[in-house]
Amino acid sequence: MKPKTVENIMKIVLWTSGLATIAVLLMILAYIVSRGIGKLSVDFLTQSPRRMGMEGGVYPAIVGTVYFTLLTIAMAAPLGIAAAVYLTEYSKETFLVKSIRFGNDMLSAVPSIVFGLFGFAFFVTRLKSVTGGWSILSGALTGMLMILPVIIRNAEEAIKTVPREYKEASLALGATKEQTLIHVTLPTAMPGILTGVILGIGRIIGETAAFLLTLGGSILLPTSVFDPARTLAMHIYITAMEVGAMDMAFSAATVLIAVVLILNLLAHGISNRYSRFSSR
Amino acid sequence: MLKKQARFIFATLLCAVLVFSAGCGNSSSAPESQNGAQGGGETEISGSIQIAGSTSVQPLSEELAMAFMSKYPKVKINVAGGGSGAGIKAAQEGTADIGASSRELKPEEKTVKEFIIAKDGIAIIVNTQNPVEDLTLEQIKEIFSGKITNWKDVGGKDAPITVVIREDGSGTRGAFEEIVFGKDAKFTDRAIVQNSTGALRTAVAGDPNAIGFISLGSLNSEVKAIKVDGIEVSKETVLNNSYKISRPFIYMTKDEPTGLVKIFLDFVLSPEGQKIVAQDFIPVK
Amino acid sequence: MKKILFICAALSITSVMLIGLFVFIEGYPIFTKVGFFNFVFGQKWSPSDNLYGIFPMICGTLATTLGALILGVPLSIFTAIFLSEYAPKKAERLITPAVELLAGIPSVIYGLFGMTMLVPLIREFQKAHPSTNQIQSGYSVLAASIILAIMISPTIINMAKDALKSVPNDFKEGSLSLGATKWQTTWHITLPAAKSGIIAGTVLGMGRAIGETMAVIMVAGNTVKFPDSIFSPIRTLTGNIAIEMAYAEAGTHTQALFGTGIILFIMIILTNIFASRIYRKDAAAK
Repeated sequence: MKPKTVENIMKIVLWTSGLATIAVLLMILAYIVSRGIGKLSVDFLTQSPRRMGMEGGVYPAIVGTVYFTLLTIAMAAPLGIAAAVYLTEYSKETFLVKSIRFGNDMLSAVPSIVFGLFGFAFFVTRLKSVTGGWSILSGALTGMLMILPVIIRNAEEAIKTVPREYKEASLALGATKEQTLIHVTLPTAMPGILTGVILGIGRIIGETAAFLLTLGGSILLPTSVFDPARTLAMHIYITAMEVGAMDMAFSAATVLIAVVLILNLLAHGISNRYSRFSSR
Repeated sequence: MLKKQARFIFATLLCAVLVFSAGCGNSSSAPESQNGAQGGGETEISGSIQIAGSTSVQPLSEELAMAFMSKYPKVKINVAGGGSGAGIKAAQEGTADIGASSRELKPEEKTVKEFIIAKDGIAIIVNTQNPVEDLTLEQIKEIFSGKITNWKDVGGKDAPITVVIREDGSGTRGAFEEIVFGKDAKFTDRAIVQNSTGALRTAVAGDPNAIGFISLGSLNSEVKAIKVDGIEVSKETVLNNSYKISRPFIYMTKDEPTGLVKIFLDFVLSPEGQKIVAQDFIPVK
Repeated sequence: MKKILFICAALSITSVMLIGLFVFIEGYPIFTKVGFFNFVFGQKWSPSDNLYGIFPMICGTLATTLGALILGVPLSIFTAIFLSEYAPKKAERLITPAVELLAGIPSVIYGLFGMTMLVPLIREFQKAHPSTNQIQSGYSVLAASIILAIMISPTIINMAKDALKSVPNDFKEGSLSLGATKWQTTWHITLPAAKSGIIAGTVLGMGRAIGETMAVIMVAGNTVKFPDSIFSPIRTLTGNIAIEMAYAEAGTHTQALFGTGIILFIMIILTNIFASRIYRKDAAAK
């Protein structure tokens, strides 16, 4: 076949597959939102569910999601960033460090359900007296383990790509290693670090299986970290599978899609803003 | 810029500390619970109870919990599902204050304290479009064990039967196996498995050729219950034993219940609690 | 300062390693109790009868992952090529954020879509083309593969597109100036140059498909049986853990679930090693 013919054929193939794939993806979102928008209202967002979720709103799920995400990030981010800083700035490229990194990468690919299995057996059952069994704390500890590898990896990459000249200039001006770290390296690496954090948030917001067995799934409003709770994702699953109230599930799904959308915009906004500050 | 990064890290750690201390000041689980329990004003009763287990019992637990919580506003009762197996395990290990089971306990499971709180029938359900109205117990046994595979063999349309069952740890499944199968039959390995009452009901509601089983109390207009040996499933027929497929709802605790858990259990077995049971299930008193 | 950082680093690394260790310690006994080959290749899974063979579930995972890759990878790569080489700039700038958003949609939402729209569709299709003795429920390998393919395509599209875009323009311009068509350039120059990124994206997608639990439970039927066609219901390894986790008695049953976790670990590690081999071979060849 002449190259020109192949070219024209492939053009059609590519345009079709491109548009079709994107259309399918958007169609799914449209389907969910169209079936869910009906029950959306301020009441839906501020009320508690009644009759196991067949009526009422999703307020406790929203609160649960926020509480749980904040706690997880509060634990995971400092630890992960500190670990990344140590691995890149303060240690030599020994075999130990290399294998730590390898182990880290492996664990970031492990299925979430294994984390759930661990969390249930360890935090909920064995450590019940410390964590309160099914609780936001148990869930957050499990979630922290899930996203530490991602945060560490992204923070490491970000810190590594800070140009050496920056650090050397700072040291040359008389700053200590710590001052260089805090005032030069970390701010420059911030977009990458935050990307890791946001990726982590995205992962735990979307994860259901692992948290069904560590957060407990109670429909009551959580008032402390020792209370069980449910996230929006869990609420969707429970409402659809255990209760069968499809409309409520779709509405909750619409809310969750909105949350993800906002998170995405936030991520873009932050990385844009920071890259403007650290422009060379 | 100077303090900005340090502030960020401090703020994060401070958040973590605050969140932790907010949690520490608060309620922990029930059995070692509060002073209101021994007399004193009813409104002083506080604490929390975690119930976990059967998805058939779950709607009932939620209703009982709601009534109890409106009586004692300072109490929190968290209800989780997971299936009867999970409830038994949670009660045995103390992970939940009360475990819920929708089948009788096996001899090796009887290390917990049991309280029968209600009786329930198991409805055999089919899709609303299915013309079949009545099946014998033997036919039901053969359908669910895979011997009969087409609806036309039992008076329906010419279509393969989709058998939908519950997961291994389900009390409804366990009770069904005990009563319908006895010792000499098992579920066909071609059956679709759904892991909760609601999921099974949805599966049967969506497939015109499906058949399954759920708690009588969870029956609704999405599916149709068929008669077994001519007897329709209802609270009356379960009560007078003409409908044979029935089982108890059991609350289990690890040890003898005390404090808030005892108050709740007493409530459930009281006339007030049993009235709530009677709405969708059969009371035991 | 260094000490604090070291403690933090040690803490985070050990807690991450803790999981691997815990799963291994809790799961290892099943291999000694039942025997490694009996466990991995055993065909009967029935904890109440003390039978712990996970082979049907391994097949379920492999079937759905394979299906997802077959359905998803070619389309995703074509879409990535479309976005980076053929689409008008304005359209691309609109579509890319949309695809990024889709990569972050929680899996339970895709599962919801599958349960309410896809499974009934497959059921109707089977009714229209019935074949003897087949379960016509719609819950099937096909449903799971389609949902997984949809779920992993944003990931693959994003990474492949980035890889394609980062191929230096001189390569492409050189080829075009020699008279090659756009497609010839793409096929012979750009794609090979972006190979490592595309493979990385595919492996990431594959890892996600292997590990996906929720969406699959909602559409696959969860039957512990070998699939004899794409319309057969199946249970995956992850689905098995999720379903049985709550009621597995401490002891052999729980150990079997942790053992399944070990098998999943091994599968993922093998996939990653395989992928990094290709990555390195390709990088070395440059």
